[in-house]
Amino acid sequence: MFKNIKKVAISTITLACLFGATATLAKTELTMYYPVAVGGPLTKIVDSMVSDFEKVNPNISVNAIYAGNYNDARIKSLAALKSGKPAQLAVMFSIDVYDLIEQNAIVSFSDIAKTKKDKKWLHSFYPALMENGTTLGKIWGVPFQRSTIVMYYNKDMFAQAGLDPNKPPKTWEELAYDAKKLTTKNRWGIMIPSTGYPYWMFQALAKQNGEVLMDKDGKKTFFNKKSVVNALQYWFDLSHKYAAMPKGTIEWGTLRQNFLDGKTAIMWHSTGNLTAVKKAANFNFGVAMLPAMKMRGTPTGGGNFYIFKNSTEKEKEASLKLIKFMTSPKRSAQWSIKTGYIGISPAAYKTEALKRYVKEFPPAKVARDQLKFATAELSTYQTGRVRKLLNDAIQAALTGKKTPKAALDDAQKRATILLKDYQ
Amino acid sequence: MKIHITKYLKILFAWSLAIIWALPILYAFWAAFHTSDFVTHFNLFAPLTLENFKIAASQAPFLRYMLNTIILVVIIIIGQLIICTLGAYAFARFDFYGKKVAFFLVLLQLMIVPEILIIQNYKTLVNLGLTDTILGIGLPYMASAFGIFLLRQNFKMIPKELDDAARIEGCSLMCILWKVYIPLSKPTYLAYILVSISYHWNNFLWPLVVSNSQDVRPLTVGLAIFGAPESGVQWSIISAATLISVAPLLVAFLIFQKQFVNSFMHTGIK
Amino acid sequence: MRVYNINNLYGWLLALPAFVLLGVFTYYPTVATFINSLYSNETIIRPKHFVGLDNYRFLINDPIFLTTLKNTAIFAFGTVPISIALSLIMALLVHSKIPARGLVRLSYFTPTILPMVAAANIWLFFYSPQIGLINKVIEYFGFNGINWLGNSHTVLASLMVMTIWKEAGFFMIFYLAALQSLPKELLEAAKIEGATKWQSFWKVTFPLITPTTFFIMINALLNAFKLVDHLFILTKGGPDNASNLLLYYIYEVAFSFFDFAYASTLTVVLISMLVVLSLLYFTIIEKKVHYK
Repeated sequence: MFKNIKKVAISTITLACLFGATATLAKTELTMYYPVAVGGPLTKIVDSMVSDFEKVNPNISVNAIYAGNYNDARIKSLAALKSGKPAQLAVMFSIDVYDLIEQNAIVSFSDIAKTKKDKKWLHSFYPALMENGTTLGKIWGVPFQRSTIVMYYNKDMFAQAGLDPNKPPKTWEELAYDAKKLTTKNRWGIMIPSTGYPYWMFQALAKQNGEVLMDKDGKKTFFNKKSVVNALQYWFDLSHKYAAMPKGTIEWGTLRQNFLDGKTAIMWHSTGNLTAVKKAANFNFGVAMLPAMKMRGTPTGGGNFYIFKNSTEKEKEASLKLIKFMTSPKRSAQWSIKTGYIGISPAAYKTEALKRYVKEFPPAKVARDQLKFATAELSTYQTGRVRKLLNDAIQAALTGKKTPKAALDDAQKRATILLKDYQ
Repeated sequence: MKIHITKYLKILFAWSLAIIWALPILYAFWAAFHTSDFVTHFNLFAPLTLENFKIAASQAPFLRYMLNTIILVVIIIIGQLIICTLGAYAFARFDFYGKKVAFFLVLLQLMIVPEILIIQNYKTLVNLGLTDTILGIGLPYMASAFGIFLLRQNFKMIPKELDDAARIEGCSLMCILWKVYIPLSKPTYLAYILVSISYHWNNFLWPLVVSNSQDVRPLTVGLAIFGAPESGVQWSIISAATLISVAPLLVAFLIFQKQFVNSFMHTGIK
Repeated sequence: MRVYNINNLYGWLLALPAFVLLGVFTYYPTVATFINSLYSNETIIRPKHFVGLDNYRFLINDPIFLTTLKNTAIFAFGTVPISIALSLIMALLVHSKIPARGLVRLSYFTPTILPMVAAANIWLFFYSPQIGLINKVIEYFGFNGINWLGNSHTVLASLMVMTIWKEAGFFMIFYLAALQSLPKELLEAAKIEGATKWQSFWKVTFPLITPTTFFIMINALLNAFKLVDHLFILTKGGPDNASNLLLYYIYEVAFSFFDFAYASTLTVVLISMLVVLSLLYFTIIEKKVHYK
């Protein structure tokens, strides 16, 4: 497998050298895989950004391939690499970093960004957003479409239930109380999704109870610490003790529609849904930071840019150019307004467009303000398997098959076995 | 009297079952042609809209997916017709060393379909450089055990006298195949083609694994990706997308109902 | 004693293209999968090496594998008999002279024309707890809605219902063909002898369509093993693997975890089950049933 990649790389570089003179005149072609991770006509926005880039860079042509969701994007771009098809860069899950390093698939931005200007750019992003992309002392992923979880709530329903629509719950206690009050025969008080990315939601609860779920090197997990178990217990209690949330697992895919249809008064969801909710809601809604237990907390989420190792120097340069373009403050502001994802640098929020937008539509800055309470998204070596262990444990607890403690003890035991070789 | 009651009960049961069976698809039509407010409220006079289709079509290249699927199905069928005809001819009319074992091996593929061996087959495609190509999706299916089996049955039933008559007129073996066997098996060929079209139009797992880009992706994979974005789905749009994906086959089926049903029946009789 | 004649050569030549493809995509992969299951994965740290039965040891202790095995068995034994029974009933109904017969047949058969992912999309909505149709109907009658796909007790059954909905019409067609080709004299003879409709069905019709029953059974069983498309849309195997099926797990292990060695091991189990099924089917067919 690696011999193949080496062969292809060597022959590509050789060819590039042979045609050195003409190479400077020839177009550099980039293939970029990206996941459209929000509902909406995002392909068009990506395409328009890409064509703007091509206008300013006539000797680079970009083929942007929409690959599905994050999982699909990773599978597809790695499959393309393995089969020798071109792929120079991709937007993939911020948490894929360890897998990608282990597969020897990506290069570090720290190595590629050589000029002073480039280095300045590399360090211009919000630190919380760099956590997932930094390991082994280097930066491997640069933020593009990043998010946190936020709490969407139906202000009209709050008023109906006798709660102050401008005072969303700030603590676990308040949340349980409010959600219980908001629950009627026709609607639930709160929904926290437990299919799709249950571990992500769970990270928020764990952080709010003062814990992170893995170490900074991706080699250890902390699934069954006492506060972590209590966090899962609280999640379970919301449906069983407070009867404010449906029992069993709650489907990620239909959550937004449930909220828009008035089936739940509160939902925890990615800030990437903001623009879609804004467009479709026919009621007054608000967005708030997630409530605190010992502290506020949320995981970051979303996708980073990665550059693949198996590309020529010229291609890597061109990829870097494209990435710098797509992450520039102006584009980041544009992206944020159109989707609800966070502007990825302080500079983005200083642009006129975003300043104005945030003023007119305050919910747009909740996610950014929450960044100071943010923690890296769950990411370790063998991340797919470890993640599945945690997801299964969460679902087992929420469906009542195991107690939170039993489920998390089990997950921790298995995760430790999986990560044994990496210690 | 009693006879009448059972008869009416039977009719009632048949109709009720038919209505229940049709409900999901009818519902998909309802959701696709109405805006999302009416997705759960059945106001019979709610306004119809094509908006969902417009949105679905603009969010994913369904027309391209459709083209990919058509190309895929066409090349698979052409491949199958050639390879299965030759193979069936061999098994029906020739005696060769190891024929019984060979036939058993062919039958094995009825159970061990390419998707079962998905990992190794994927690696093979990688080695052949055929990942993310329509040919790559179709290749494993071109030697269809079902096709060979069906055609062999049919060829076997053709009287040998016709063979001899053609040979006397100076026909070579291939000429006999072309002039005698194939024309006389037209119904079976039609049946097989229709069954194969249905099967491959709706195939999902293998195309999912092989296709990466939207120039190769067929409708089933496109629909699945469309319906699985990170932030969730909207029913009316998903229904519209679903209808777009099934429309060609559904329309063809409704028009050529008799032929479809007869084909499936024909292949079952064996 | 080899007989080298033209016949032999021609036979092999004609069958060659088929065998080349079958070799590449069926026989070689089967053998390769067996072999690969005895090796480890290739990683940066260590190249691929022989590990004997280690992968199998892991397999036996893998709770997810055991769950998928159980689920696949439940799925198979749940959907197959019900599909057969239902498709037979449908065929009998359509075969008899009821009004609007064509429409009824259309209604039963149409789900077959849909791809599984489309059917799954539609049923995802039906099963949706808060906004879905089934719960709406249930709640209309005053009962509490059920979280069909989010409850480990109901999820597998919900998937089976959807699968039967999709497949029964397909099998109905085969029964229809068989019913239509039954020699009328036999049924008339039974009538003359005073047999009731019930008796004539069980004693005459049913035994005569046994080959069809077997054919449907083997197809339904095969589908139970290889049809996992709906999992991609509906549950992804959850909650907590309650709806995970073997082929879906293989896909996950291979393409999400990139653990090709273990995926090969799982595939060996799947292949073995299918081979056993094939052998059973073909020996029964040889013994009991006559082919025309």
